[in-house]
Amino acid sequence: MNFRRLFLIATPYFWLLALFLVPFLIVFKISLSDTAIAIPPYTPTLDLSGGWASIKSFFSELDIENFIFLTEDSLYWKAYLSSLQIAGVSTLLTLIVGYPIAYGMAQSSDSWRPTLMMLVILPFWTSFLIRVYSWIGILSNEGFLNQFLQWIGLTSEPLTILNTNYAVYIGIIYTYLPFMVLPIYSALEKMDGSLIEAAEDLGCSRLSAFWLVTFPLSRPGMIAGCFLVFIPALGEFVIPSLLGGSGTLMIGKVLWEEFFNNRDWPVASAVAVVLLLILIIPIILFQRNEQKQREADQ
Amino acid sequence: MAQPGNKPVFAPWNDPSKKPLIQFKNVTKKFGEFVAIDNLTLDIYAKEFFALLGPSGCGKTTLMRMLAGFENPTSGTILLDGQDIAKVPPNKRAVNMMFQSYALFPHLSVANNIAFGLKRSPMPKQEIPARVEEMLRLVRLEQFANRKPHQISGGQRQRVALARSLAKAPKLLLLDEPLGALDAKLREDTQFELMDIQEKTGTTFVIVTHDQEEAMTVASRIAVMDHGQIIQVDTPDKIYEYPNSVYVADFIGDVNLVKGRIGASDGEKYSINWAEGQPAIKAAGPAGIAPDTECHFAIRPEKVAIAMEKPTDKPNALQGRILDIAYLGNVSTYHVELDNGIIMKAQMANNRRISRRDLTWDDHVWVSFTETAGLVLVK
Repeated sequence: MNFRRLFLIATPYFWLLALFLVPFLIVFKISLSDTAIAIPPYTPTLDLSGGWASIKSFFSELDIENFIFLTEDSLYWKAYLSSLQIAGVSTLLTLIVGYPIAYGMAQSSDSWRPTLMMLVILPFWTSFLIRVYSWIGILSNEGFLNQFLQWIGLTSEPLTILNTNYAVYIGIIYTYLPFMVLPIYSALEKMDGSLIEAAEDLGCSRLSAFWLVTFPLSRPGMIAGCFLVFIPALGEFVIPSLLGGSGTLMIGKVLWEEFFNNRDWPVASAVAVVLLLILIIPIILFQRNEQKQREADQ
Repeated sequence: MAQPGNKPVFAPWNDPSKKPLIQFKNVTKKFGEFVAIDNLTLDIYAKEFFALLGPSGCGKTTLMRMLAGFENPTSGTILLDGQDIAKVPPNKRAVNMMFQSYALFPHLSVANNIAFGLKRSPMPKQEIPARVEEMLRLVRLEQFANRKPHQISGGQRQRVALARSLAKAPKLLLLDEPLGALDAKLREDTQFELMDIQEKTGTTFVIVTHDQEEAMTVASRIAVMDHGQIIQVDTPDKIYEYPNSVYVADFIGDVNLVKGRIGASDGEKYSINWAEGQPAIKAAGPAGIAPDTECHFAIRPEKVAIAMEKPTDKPNALQGRILDIAYLGNVSTYHVELDNGIIMKAQMANNRRISRRDLTWDDHVWVSFTETAGLVLVK
């Protein structure tokens, strides 16, 4: 009788199990293994044909020495810290750039809103990779930005932006801007316009009405937007490797190098597992924010 | 209006020595080509409970928003206490508004909502909690001070909105359809509460409503509006008993309107020819209406009597057939089709149980009324 309900509930759980938990367990298992010159490049591998004894020896060979290694080599924790810093700073900058855009959209007339919304989403129509590549053309020493700055006479020498952390910030802000704009916009858009009138009626100037009413009411949107930018930016790989320089240290890049350059899958897996553990904290906070928002809406 | 003995009557509008609190002088407001307020002149006095009544789109909300400062007149002046308020922004006006949606700040508690305006007033900080407490007591919400707006009921929200708009002790309080979101029973209670609070605080209230019953209940005077103009301003009883036009008579309450022409006249008494082969209706009206003027005879259903036999004591008696009976509990309304097809409504109080059993569908009856029961309207 409850088969239908069971089926409905089981489907998403099965989905999560197959596409999230199982891959995670595989990665976790690799992180406990040792490197080997073999295919796949690690040992031990589980061989069920050997029976109980081989399973036992399989588990006895797993250890946490890769995680210990991560703490010993300063490269890794520096990369984690630098990633946190770059993600944090660029999230803040995205908020500063995105809030006015969202506010402008929410203030615009009804007939303009779909168009503006379209413009925010439009970049998704092109490949992310191509868009990041095109920033190389804009930011390089002979790029459009430097040509423009020199043409208007602001600088005489070209600015070195490409292959520095600045280029990474620009890339992250550009890429993740829609994820910041949309939740803020949706928070501002559903706000009752008479609240601002009420604030003005009760003695607020335009500015203080914004600060005391609009801003706090858009906070859930801002929080959601910040998480949506911070979480993927933390593990970002494409942007730092294309726009960043050799000095740009981000954990996503380290991960890539461990996997493909060093072919050290176990250490790379350990890096990924730690990254995931770091990300769980903001993800839980994000979920709590969403939950609180849902309760407030009821 | 009959007033008991020597009790002072609150009627500043009849006292030429009183200065109005608000004066609209030839105010016009246009939105593009659309004329929302059309050359309107109106005085509202201190301590009045003034109702702006009209159908949606008649300009009543625009009028109120001009008082609050959210709109400015296209031409004409609005004086508050003798001062032109055109240039005064909303946050500098001694006027507060209670919004139709209540516009309570969802992120602030009830107490902080009420304190919101006070914190932006010159009131010393340490006096604010006492004032908030006082307002909470006024609207009987003391125990809800720390709740958020979404944690209280609609009626309580309405009272928070009222308390918030009264907290700064404005000269003028504007209420935009304040009871629209409440259910019928709560609305009735709240109407009396509003009147009570208005009396206690002595604030001038201007209420916008499309509900004529609400306006009649709470207001000291009502302005009936249509198409950006005021059709009539008067006390509720005058508006009901002496409407100045067919529009007002029809908008307020139920009315029988009979179209006709003025026949013979004798001072303020007229006979109205309204149908071929029917006796002329004898009715009172303002003196000086020329014979043969097209007019309407208006009479409220409760002033029309209904009987099986032709009454001998009433100057007007018309024969008809009962078409429909609407039983409303306390009263019954009879729809009587007169011989020429015109339908006249007559209302009877059901002051006895299962009364008027003798009148039923398709009965041939007489409807009758006195000379002064109805009105002659030429507008």
